[in-house]
Amino acid sequence: MSNIAIKFENISKQYRLGKIGTGTISHDLNRWWAKFRGKEDPYLKIGEVNRRDTKAEGDYVWALRDINLEVEQGEVLGIIGKNGAGKSTLLKLLSRVTAPTTGQILVNGRIASLLEVGTGFHPEMTGRENIFMNGAIMGMTKAEIRRKFDEIVDFAGVEKYIDTPVKRYSSGMTVRLGFAVAAHLEPEILVVDEVLAVGDAEFQKKAIGKMQDVSKEQGRTVLFVSHNMAAVRNLCKKGIVLSDGMKILEDEVNIAVDYYLAETKSDLVKRAVINDKYRPSYCSKDVEILEIELLNELQIATNEPLKIRLKLKVNNFSKKEARITGMLNAQSGSRVGLFFSKHFQFPENSKSFDVVVTLNSHNLAKGLYYFDFNIGSGDPSTGLTDFDLVYNTISFEVIYDDYNNLNQIAKWASNWGYNNFKNLDLKILHNEII
Amino acid sequence: MKPDKDWTLIIKPKGSLLNLNLREVWRYRDLLEMYIRRDIVTFYKQTILGPLWFFIQPVFTTIIYMFVFGGLAGISTDGIPQPLFYLSGICLWNYFSESLIKTSDTFLVNQGIFGKVYFPRLIAPLSVIITGLLKLFIQLGLFFAAYIWFVSKGMPNTINSDAWFFPLLILMLGLLGLGYGIIISSLTTKYRDLKFLIAFGVNLWMYATPVIYPLSVMEGRFQNYMWIMQANPVTSILETFKAGFLGQGTFTIQTLTYSAIHTIVVLILGIFIFNRVERSFMDVV
Repeated sequence: MSNIAIKFENISKQYRLGKIGTGTISHDLNRWWAKFRGKEDPYLKIGEVNRRDTKAEGDYVWALRDINLEVEQGEVLGIIGKNGAGKSTLLKLLSRVTAPTTGQILVNGRIASLLEVGTGFHPEMTGRENIFMNGAIMGMTKAEIRRKFDEIVDFAGVEKYIDTPVKRYSSGMTVRLGFAVAAHLEPEILVVDEVLAVGDAEFQKKAIGKMQDVSKEQGRTVLFVSHNMAAVRNLCKKGIVLSDGMKILEDEVNIAVDYYLAETKSDLVKRAVINDKYRPSYCSKDVEILEIELLNELQIATNEPLKIRLKLKVNNFSKKEARITGMLNAQSGSRVGLFFSKHFQFPENSKSFDVVVTLNSHNLAKGLYYFDFNIGSGDPSTGLTDFDLVYNTISFEVIYDDYNNLNQIAKWASNWGYNNFKNLDLKILHNEII
Repeated sequence: MKPDKDWTLIIKPKGSLLNLNLREVWRYRDLLEMYIRRDIVTFYKQTILGPLWFFIQPVFTTIIYMFVFGGLAGISTDGIPQPLFYLSGICLWNYFSESLIKTSDTFLVNQGIFGKVYFPRLIAPLSVIITGLLKLFIQLGLFFAAYIWFVSKGMPNTINSDAWFFPLLILMLGLLGLGYGIIISSLTTKYRDLKFLIAFGVNLWMYATPVIYPLSVMEGRFQNYMWIMQANPVTSILETFKAGFLGQGTFTIQTLTYSAIHTIVVLILGIFIFNRVERSFMDVV
């Protein structure tokens, strides 16, 4: 039992819904009155399961409910779940940013959290001063930082600018410097929440390498929260799946990831009516995507042509033609590939119209996929213009229903990739008689 | 099952209320130092006059007070040269009011950092108090320079044995500011109204404190309002300072004891509320 690094015991966390500051005084007074009479907190009972899609009845929700979990020393645990499942809340409790409502967490060892790197950077101070400040915030002593100073600067690659105020740094440099400090903390327990999404490709490689070092070579405990299933599979040994604030599975990482992906099947989207929630970045909307619909059933056979209808609207009539780009992603978040349509003329005298694209052979392997779409025009010589760019639209599942595949492959393993190439010819050229 | 004491950290819904976590604060002393350095260094970055700003404010305020209160209103300074009288009051009062105002928005100012990493939250207000202390000493240097100048011009030396209270006075001022500051900072996370109150409240408080007039004037002419002065814990701190260094001031051991008890009560209450709020303020701020 002595090699347990973290132990969660009946951890729950309750949040209040709606505007904070309205009615809190009366609730506070009620609470005090109940406590004064030796009764239970009246608002702890009202809490309900945290689901974003159903309308809440009470004022309080449980972001986490009765979490029991043991993490062993040196274990790399992946925490997966949909947005709002409670992943980040769990890490926040562990890094003591906020306190649990009930239960307790027992910890053995120093915790460092990479909830967000570069915390406490002061723009007026130099890189050098900020390394010390940031390190101290993370719990390092001055002596420790001084010892690792050169290593940190080297890792971040900012030697030249070390005595320049951080406000003159590029955002990439700031992030690198922040991560470099955090990576040299040498904590017994490292808590990582999607930090790998920042920085350029070279730096991401460095960062993942550092995380692997920390877990594999130095035997540290790591808690990793991510939506990137490939990264989770790659880095973690064990995984837990959270849903609506409850732990629904704890198992070997591949089983947990597969379970999570299967669970998200119920969220397949056949028809998406586009609004600005699908547009995380600014788009001119000169030509706007109104609606995207998958004309196939939600389950598509490997040899079935993929048909998609897009409803488009022209807002800027100086635009006469455009091209549709479909960007296909696996459920894990990895980009599988793109298709480009040819440039087409808009029908005259119509404000909105439908376009149907058909992908005759998709070669997709068994699994869950979703599409991002872009409508734009131009080519590299004239310059490319995006009219509209929408993410995370329709999604579907590819299944096997042709005989060959069913007989050949019992189960497509997740590390086989996303392309199952077809139209394979096989010729036997030489035959030696026995 | 391991006994609880073998774990290095136990995270529970509510910590004990009076636990100051001084051991943890001590462990993070390097952070405290970095905070103080940051506040001092960034104070005059990209300014032309730099550290001179520490002197400009008290000097100009003293000149204005000499003109308005000493000249126009003709308020007595108990025979103390006006610059020394106002300067001593301004330095001490500024330390108290800045400690109070700056610690009173601890949670609001630091919510970005507090929301991401844990360190003993008390570090933030403590750093404000200590930074203010350095500023106070620099400004008191100005006061003593002025004092020496007046003595060289023929003013008799007025420093007496009451000056030994000095360390106690400074400690009380700092802790009083800290105590009231963290009470207000804890309450403003939920009830923002207090933020508006504090800005002019501190201004009014100054007029209930013998900064621009000596307590003896109050005693002589406004007996009915003396209870306000007596209830104000800052009164006897300022009067003791003036008695010790300038030879004119009204204090007794009783009034000083009252200030000390007031300070301790406010500080304990402050820590009590601060400890409650720091564990969950991210949910309400």
